[in-house]
Amino acid sequence: MTALLVALGSGVGSVLRYVLGQRFDGTRHTGTLTANTTASLLLGACVGWSLDGSTLAIAGAGFCGGLSTYSSLMVQARDLGGVRGAVYAVATVLLGLGACALGYWGAAQA
Amino acid sequence: MTPPPRLLLAVAAGGALGGVVRYGAGLAVPDGTGIPWTTFAVNVAGSSLLAGLLLLPLARRSEVWAAGLGPGVLGGFTTFSATSEQGRALLADGHPGLALAYLVGTLAVCLAAVALVGRIAPPLPEEDEL
Repeated sequence: MTALLVALGSGVGSVLRYVLGQRFDGTRHTGTLTANTTASLLLGACVGWSLDGSTLAIAGAGFCGGLSTYSSLMVQARDLGGVRGAVYAVATVLLGLGACALGYWGAAQA
Repeated sequence: MTPPPRLLLAVAAGGALGGVVRYGAGLAVPDGTGIPWTTFAVNVAGSSLLAGLLLLPLARRSEVWAAGLGPGVLGGFTTFSATSEQGRALLADGHPGLALAYLVGTLAVCLAAVALVGRIAPPLPEEDEL
């Protein structure tokens, strides 16, 4: 049952990431960056709200996990190459960490 | 532009499958405390497989399979949000060294793996990199 919820969340998140990428990724990977940052913000909030069980499964492991991607980030960074690739990868990681902390903090206030 | 429905369906099905496999890996070998090695392994494996996607004749022939396996299965399998949350939690728990090692280590090992696989695999067109 939990696996089905993860599948559902991850399927929806993956499609959203794919559409964001197709529409907004060009010379800059704005779509993928948006997907990864948003997913980090939401997952931070899920943990801040202390979600657990089936809610965490569908929203956290499912939706946030599907919306975010490490594999595309890495292949994109490699193909950008050199300094641009390194800046893209490091900026994504820093933004993700900041977004996650913001989501966690914001959820804990609410 | 919005991708055609058959590609969206392929990504949805693949993403669902990839997410469940990632979830299953976490149940089989829980991340536990300290460095989350299961998530690390998931991301290294998924990134390497995406870099090598076009070694698979099926993915070279069919854009539906390429989308379903790349942005779908492997995009859903790997996770950036969990890595961010694990880094945040390590920092919040007073382990800045572990957090740094984990985040930089994942980045470095995945990039090295992707570069290595790229030496034998055909490059991915931009639409399959998503």
